[in-house]
Amino acid sequence: MTAAPYVSLTGMSKSFVGVKALKDVSFDVRPGEVHALLGENGAGKSTLIKMMSGLYSPDAGTITIDGKEVRFASTRDASAAGIATVYQELLLFPELTVAENVFLGNYPRRPGGWIDWSEVRARTRALLDQLDTFDLDVDAKVLTLSVAQRQRVEIAKALSKDARILIMDEPTASLVESDVQRLMAVVRQLRERGVGIVYVSHRMPEIFALADRVTVLRDGGYVATRDIGEVDEAELVSMMVGRPIDSLFPKAEAAIGDTVLEVKNLNHGRHVQDLSFSLRRGEILGVAGLVGSGRTELALTLFGMTPATSGSISLEGRTVSITSPRQARDLGIAYVPEDRGQQGLVKQMAIRKNVSMASIERFSSGIFIKAGEEAQRALDAVKRLRVRCRNIAQPVGELSGGNQQKVVIAKWLETNPKVLILDEPTRGVDVGAKAEIHTIMGELVKQGVAILMISSELPEVLGMSDRILVISGGRLTGEIDRADATPERVGMAMTAHQSGEAA
Amino acid sequence: MSVIVDLPPTRPATERPGFLRRLFADYGQELVVLAAIIVLFAVVMLVNPRFISANNLTTIFAGNAYIAVAAIGMAMVIITGHIDVSVGALIGVLATISGTLAVAGYPVWIAWLAPVLVGMAVNACIGALVAYARIPSIVVTLGALSIMRGGLISFTGGTWITDLPPAFLIAQKSVFGLPVPLVFMVVLTVLAALWMRYSAFGRSLYAIGGNAEAALATGIPVERRTVAVFVIHGAFAGLATILFATQLQVIQSTVPPNLELTVITAAVIGGVSILGGSGTVIGSTLATILFATIGSALIFVNVSAYWLRAVIGLLILATVLADMLRRRGRL
Repeated sequence: MTAAPYVSLTGMSKSFVGVKALKDVSFDVRPGEVHALLGENGAGKSTLIKMMSGLYSPDAGTITIDGKEVRFASTRDASAAGIATVYQELLLFPELTVAENVFLGNYPRRPGGWIDWSEVRARTRALLDQLDTFDLDVDAKVLTLSVAQRQRVEIAKALSKDARILIMDEPTASLVESDVQRLMAVVRQLRERGVGIVYVSHRMPEIFALADRVTVLRDGGYVATRDIGEVDEAELVSMMVGRPIDSLFPKAEAAIGDTVLEVKNLNHGRHVQDLSFSLRRGEILGVAGLVGSGRTELALTLFGMTPATSGSISLEGRTVSITSPRQARDLGIAYVPEDRGQQGLVKQMAIRKNVSMASIERFSSGIFIKAGEEAQRALDAVKRLRVRCRNIAQPVGELSGGNQQKVVIAKWLETNPKVLILDEPTRGVDVGAKAEIHTIMGELVKQGVAILMISSELPEVLGMSDRILVISGGRLTGEIDRADATPERVGMAMTAHQSGEAA
Repeated sequence: MSVIVDLPPTRPATERPGFLRRLFADYGQELVVLAAIIVLFAVVMLVNPRFISANNLTTIFAGNAYIAVAAIGMAMVIITGHIDVSVGALIGVLATISGTLAVAGYPVWIAWLAPVLVGMAVNACIGALVAYARIPSIVVTLGALSIMRGGLISFTGGTWITDLPPAFLIAQKSVFGLPVPLVFMVVLTVLAALWMRYSAFGRSLYAIGGNAEAALATGIPVERRTVAVFVIHGAFAGLATILFATQLQVIQSTVPPNLELTVITAAVIGGVSILGGSGTVIGSTLATILFATIGSALIFVNVSAYWLRAVIGLLILATVLADMLRRRGRL
């Protein structure tokens, strides 16, 4: 059981432009064990696994393989040392076949340098059979495969390079339950064969079912490594979160008024199933859930991007049907999206034009925009939200993440929303701007805006929300008042099995 | 009432930049093209003063006005993030319709109105395929190009339309001593420029071209706007047709070959980003004038006019390269 570690990392540190992403973290993996790596978003998990796979080079710290110190200059070095990674976003070429992908860059050759395709296909078949994946055609193009099948192709690819250590980054994040079971079987089988597995996941049931040891990171620092038998779920959650939350998130006290938004039995696809909840004036309703739980899908459905297939939405007592973002906007719903670059901003456009984009029809006279008023509003918004910029003609793409996010928020405030949906409002935002965005939220609820805040950062959800909805597998698995909200309770509901009772 | 959030100010108010700065920021490429035209005029004038004779100026400005008018619509389409390679074929079809109606004895206003309406209708179909069927515009318009070009030649057999009634030939007339095509070009450019810059509609086209997904998520009806911009482009193609079909006594069913490429080139050299989201119709008109000036200048300095295409080719590459470098530096 206690074999010597195959790979050990000691005292690993890494900074990005002055921000410490990882501070003095140590981690090791033994052959034939599953070592779970646990932590919130931003805790440093990705940085650590990227250093282990040669993508980043550490600022400080050493890596040893079989007791010998090594340096990885590239992923090729790590791969030669027997370390392979299956990333969350699978890195396969959709237009190539399974076999072509598995041996890409590593093709067996015939004399004269020609690729030996029959060898490629035969060896791919053998690898897939080892993974009990008899149903996958080696000649199928990857684009025709499901996510779970692609993942197995990635694992086969790792094995084709004789991986001794396999790093799996949230492998079950986008899998359905039956595929999760199958993946877990594959992981166990690899462990029997002596492969060491680094398993990154938030999902407690999986960790307890699979892992031999677990290491927890928080804020880029090392918290602890434990044998799985020594800990329970609540303990792990508090190790992940454990910090004085209230001091970081100044919750503004706002008078909570009448119900603004009432959602009943909302459905869209498998990510929004039978959701019911209400939102009141001056309230911040937090939405917690794991990646892929349906948090963002709920927002997209409320905002008309993916209109509800059934269920009812009523605003201020009036039943409405929302089939497009334009309709949602005109009804007084605003949506600050998860990915501001993709959905929130036109980056090459000036700040002024981005700020006015959602409200432009409101200050046009005849067919023309009142340019002076537009500029004045943008100036006011920039001052109020403290957007740091040269001037309002500066393209938003030039601003920092936090300032871009403030521009997105400013754009929606111009529409005087009744309901403001914030999806990961502080993702990719520096600490100072984060606090400012939280202050802005507090000011808004004081003025009677109702906020629905989706966040994968548990401290943010706990610190900012008056009430917390927890979603898992597209269903509501908890509705918790601020007074009763503890990391453990929310964490439990987040990892609740899909068939768990709805609140 | 707007929702007000007050945070204590940390630094002095950020002001709107001054007029000249805004002029250069918003019209950089246009000013470059304008400067090129002025320099070219000055140089060629010194070599050969007849370059600025009334006759030659009319050739330069009025003879190419239809290209500038078509380029206005094209600029709008490209700003929205699309492209139309069928506009040359469309102008050929519309000219034949217009000429046929005029020769058949219909009132001239019908012969003028028809190409505008038919252009709008044809492009409504193209726009609908792009917006709702989500077929890339280059594919849709390549198809339209083949259909219209092939159809036209089959239909006319390559013959010319002659015996056009004099009242029909509006491009050969003048108002206030100015050739009608020049007036068309200037008035349409100014109106379109104002509309693109100061209307909510124009602004939405820039937003769609810059980031269609964000535009949609901001409540801009992206599909409707896409159809609309193609329809407007069709109207400009119709207006361009009126100038093209009435400038000579005959209408050739073979429109100038590569007309669509000339029109696209005008937009691009005028500063419209081929990736969408930026540029103006002032730029496309100025670029059309620049081409015409270069073409005429080559003749006046005794250089083969065949060099025109080569020079324009170099200009395209230089412009697109500059655009790419600018984007890379910025984003």
